[in-house]
Amino acid sequence: MRPVLYVLSFLALIALGFWAYRENYTTQAALKEVQTLQRQIVGLREALALQRAEWAYLNRPDRLRELATANFDRLGLLPMEPGQFGTPNEIAYPRSAFPEIDMPVDIQGEQPVEEGL
Amino acid sequence: MRTPLRPLARILQAREDGLNPDSIEKENLRLRHEAMREKARGRAEFRLLILCASFVLAFGAIGARMGLMAATEPVEPRASAPGAEIIAQRADITDRNGRILATNMTTHALYAHPKVMVDPKGVAAKLAEIFPDLKAADLERRFTDGRSFVWIRKVLSPEQMQLVHEIGDPGLLFGPREMRLYPNGTLAAHVLGGTSFGAEGVHSAEVIGTAGIEKALDARLRDPAQGGKPLTLSIDLTVQSTIEEVLGAGMTMLNAKGAAAILMDVRTGEIVALASLPTFDPNDRPNPLVDKTAEPGDSPLFNRAVQGVYELGSTFKIFAAAQAMELGLVAPETLVDANAPMRWGRHLIKEFEGKNYGPLLSVTDVIAKSSNVGTAHIALMIGPLRQQAFLKSLGFFEPTPVELIEAPGARPLIPKKWPEIVTITTSYGHGMSASPMHLAAAYAAIANGGVMIKPTLLKREGPTTGVRVMSEKTALESIKMLRRVVTEGTASLGEVPGYEVAGKTGTADKPKRTGGYYEDKVINTFASVFPASNPQYVLIVTLDEPLDTAGSEPRRTAGWTAVPVAAEIIRRTAPLMGLRPKLEPPAPDAVTAASN
Repeated sequence: MRPVLYVLSFLALIALGFWAYRENYTTQAALKEVQTLQRQIVGLREALALQRAEWAYLNRPDRLRELATANFDRLGLLPMEPGQFGTPNEIAYPRSAFPEIDMPVDIQGEQPVEEGL
Repeated sequence: MRTPLRPLARILQAREDGLNPDSIEKENLRLRHEAMREKARGRAEFRLLILCASFVLAFGAIGARMGLMAATEPVEPRASAPGAEIIAQRADITDRNGRILATNMTTHALYAHPKVMVDPKGVAAKLAEIFPDLKAADLERRFTDGRSFVWIRKVLSPEQMQLVHEIGDPGLLFGPREMRLYPNGTLAAHVLGGTSFGAEGVHSAEVIGTAGIEKALDARLRDPAQGGKPLTLSIDLTVQSTIEEVLGAGMTMLNAKGAAAILMDVRTGEIVALASLPTFDPNDRPNPLVDKTAEPGDSPLFNRAVQGVYELGSTFKIFAAAQAMELGLVAPETLVDANAPMRWGRHLIKEFEGKNYGPLLSVTDVIAKSSNVGTAHIALMIGPLRQQAFLKSLGFFEPTPVELIEAPGARPLIPKKWPEIVTITTSYGHGMSASPMHLAAAYAAIANGGVMIKPTLLKREGPTTGVRVMSEKTALESIKMLRRVVTEGTASLGEVPGYEVAGKTGTADKPKRTGGYYEDKVINTFASVFPASNPQYVLIVTLDEPLDTAGSEPRRTAGWTAVPVAAEIIRRTAPLMGLRPKLEPPAPDAVTAASN
């Protein structure tokens, strides 16, 4: 009985060793992947920050003011003024859902006659 | 081998010799005990040795690990949980709506290892071609004088980096750099301040604040625990830009040397805009003045709104009136002596251009007409001690608590002694100096129903509590008086239809550095509150040496200079802050009223 136990535990040892070996390598692979991903995240974050900076730079008030002046013919933008506040009763009442009948047209041809009457 | 206690041979021998055999046993017992003790001691010594060795090993291991950690470059933990990563960047600064005011950009620094350089002479020539500010001869000398490390540039643009790459010398190396970027250029430059590199290494460099909020809140901006969370300021980018534009135009039109404006929310103490002109670009911060004889105000780095400690003139008069009302000494309609000129000891107190508004003037008219003599009489009723205490409660004796590194240095100039003549002059804003920021905070206290709120540059959520410095009734009456200044007093150009501007003008002569005052140099201030019926914002506009040449004769009073600029600022910025113009009820028709 005892030799069988010895053999079994020896086999279990080998199996465990093999399992530990594989786990070790999968862990290292996972860590490597995490590192790659983190590096990518850092890169993307930097790119994002740069895009944000670029957006802020392109939207700086001086530039927008100059662009509004340069494109005044097309856009007609002026600085906001107190007179531009409106009141609710200045808003036009919504138009009726159905358009008015303004050009009735006579229907040409005969009216269909129902059969079987 | 174990020796018996009573060896038979020796016992017999002893018996024969007539000795006591017991002594042999005792002797043997003693020897045996000694041997045992020897053995135990040896074992104990050995154990101690083992213990010592293990301690030495353990501490040695810790020491070695510490040394290793100190000597190697830090590495981010590889198996960290997501979200817990440390962002080693300086935090962004945004305006109140989240628009970026300061951010970081990755660039590179250029350094050289001359020892591994293939062609130092050629490299120096090519570098001088790329960077016109570097001299080829200078570079060559530094490459060939035997040193092994040379910094060439702190930051490179991508184009410059490509050009350096194309030189292709192994001795030229790049180090990554975080660079601070202010995308809006000169906008809010005095608030932001600027940054520079601190400790520099090959792989990274510290970015440290050098002025403004960048330096005042340096620790917060660099704190890795904040995880790069942006710092939200109370500044509104659009309002700030509009104010800078209008102020700049006003400054040019009125030939002023400098100008400053502060717009503050009276409920929260948030500073919505803070401008000081002339300004600078924080991306390329100019060097401070080295000339000691030059006035600090001549440098564009000087923040007039916070550091500009000047006599603020008649804007102070409302404090005397408010305090007198608070103490129950006067009511708005009370008539006070305003007979000019007033003689006090050997001093003569005159009105503007030697006018005389007297003999009697109501308190409201003292403010509306800006009567020095009337205010002097009100101040004398209050007395020096109470006047000092009131000004102290309004924050005029301490630097402002604004989050700028320049603020604590801008101490108001207060007379050392406070005789009655100082009480008189202080009541109309002469003899003691404070910054426009002090004035903004004090006017905000009046506008906020008498509660003093600490001004701040950081966004606050909702109204804050403060110390009450006057009753709500007094504050209301004071605002009514200030409104009268605009409707029928010295600031009539300040009227903006729909926004019920209330305010007080102030014209102070500029003090000479050598003592005394300039004849023709003034500082004009307009401190305003709007809308008067429900005060929400305080606007302070200060112009340095303005001169209005539009009329037939040059005019230097605030009513002609600072007031129209402030009115234009209110007209432009109030709609931007969502403030709806209020249509004031038309005056009742006199005839209709009579017939009813």
